[in-house]
Amino acid sequence: MVRDVDVKLLTDNIKEMCIEATHFLTPDMDAALKKATAEEEAPLGKQVLEQLQENLQIAGKEMIPICQDCGMAVVFLEIGQDVHFTGGNLMDAVNEGVRRGYVDGFLRKSVVKDPLLRGNTGDNTPAILHTEIVPGDKVKITVSPKGFGSENKSKIIMLTPADGIEGVKAAVVNAVKEAGPNACPPMVVGVGIGGTFERAAYMAKKALTRDVSVRSELPHIAELENELLEMINKSGIGPGGLGGITTALAVNVNTYATHIAGLPVAVNICCHVNRHAVRVI
Amino acid sequence: MEKRIVHVPLSKEDARTLKTGDYVYLEGTIYSARDAAHKRMSEALDRGEELPFDIKGNVIYYMGPSPAREGRPIGSAGPTTAGRMDPYTPRLLDMGMGGMIGKGKRTQDVHDAVVRNEAVYFAAVGGAGALLSQRIKKSEVIAYDDLGPEAIRKMEIEDFPVVVVMDVEGNDLYKISQEMYKKD
Repeated sequence: MVRDVDVKLLTDNIKEMCIEATHFLTPDMDAALKKATAEEEAPLGKQVLEQLQENLQIAGKEMIPICQDCGMAVVFLEIGQDVHFTGGNLMDAVNEGVRRGYVDGFLRKSVVKDPLLRGNTGDNTPAILHTEIVPGDKVKITVSPKGFGSENKSKIIMLTPADGIEGVKAAVVNAVKEAGPNACPPMVVGVGIGGTFERAAYMAKKALTRDVSVRSELPHIAELENELLEMINKSGIGPGGLGGITTALAVNVNTYATHIAGLPVAVNICCHVNRHAVRVI
Repeated sequence: MEKRIVHVPLSKEDARTLKTGDYVYLEGTIYSARDAAHKRMSEALDRGEELPFDIKGNVIYYMGPSPAREGRPIGSAGPTTAGRMDPYTPRLLDMGMGGMIGKGKRTQDVHDAVVRNEAVYFAAVGGAGALLSQRIKKSEVIAYDDLGPEAIRKMEIEDFPVVVVMDVEGNDLYKISQEMYKKD
């Protein structure tokens, strides 16, 4: 059965989700930050984490965005194959949701219309839209406003099969070390391994939207996630890059089949404001 | 630990007492400028024009806020990555800029200019924009209004928490502190 979905429903939800994501962290992120605050050994690092706790309280209570960089709006739509969109163009509806969210929600507009000519678009559009067709008749919307302090420190490396798992570990840990204080640690590290050049980057981005307390379903990847987190937290970078044992809160790895000649690795770094809102309509 | 307040604009006498790793609270007047404003200031200087404000002793905050809700001076207002301003910074320091507030690593050129001019590089906590917003009591756009969030703002701050990253001797907290907690 085909289900009609009016694209206005997307607009309304995306508007609210932009505001929600920029003012409130998801419960898993909240819990991870609280745990880190309790466990941090470095006095200055602990002070930074305590300041972040206070910041989150103020953000939610006073409706001031958690971070002034309200990001570029990355929107994932998992569209059931039985859905038929009505009432307008899908991309327009998504952009309208972002526009209303950023204008009505007092969010910073950080998008320029041309990468070289620059020039702020004034309403934070266009969004980055990723769509996937999945079974069913629902639409899962994930709105993930991505800040660029950490985005700028992300990397994609085309390793070869001989580099193996050690090559992957080195690529991830080196990206984090190079990012250091610039990426506003404690970070969440999204990693995509396999696929093609662009698939690896997409997987790394999507990995950031996974619950930080949930490990990969694949045993060898879950083990890799734990090991990478441990290696990263031995770097000493710490909260705010001011030294400590909390450099990352989680490493989320997604994988896909790849070519006999390749081992692509993408590392998408996110700051501690790893924001997203998820709804199913 | 006693709470230490430092007045801005920053005097050389105060600058010399600040040491890498000190957690202090700034009070007084600062100016915001980030990528696009730095580019314009640099172009103005190339043309032999004056800067939109007197740089001597003043502290630039690398920050572009979110819009203020009604009745508030400013929206979310945390630091942006300082390194992007590095190409413009030594010139401003040589003109007498007292210091900078930002986050993240700086180049050797900036480091050398900090030492040469006895300036200070402070870090505010990145991503603490809501908290820092409340420590800004007044804000007024004084130049480059068309740049929106990137306009230059004059701001009155109180109780504004920062950490001294680079002091007048050129010690760098990012290098020192990471070594202390490194376990590999």
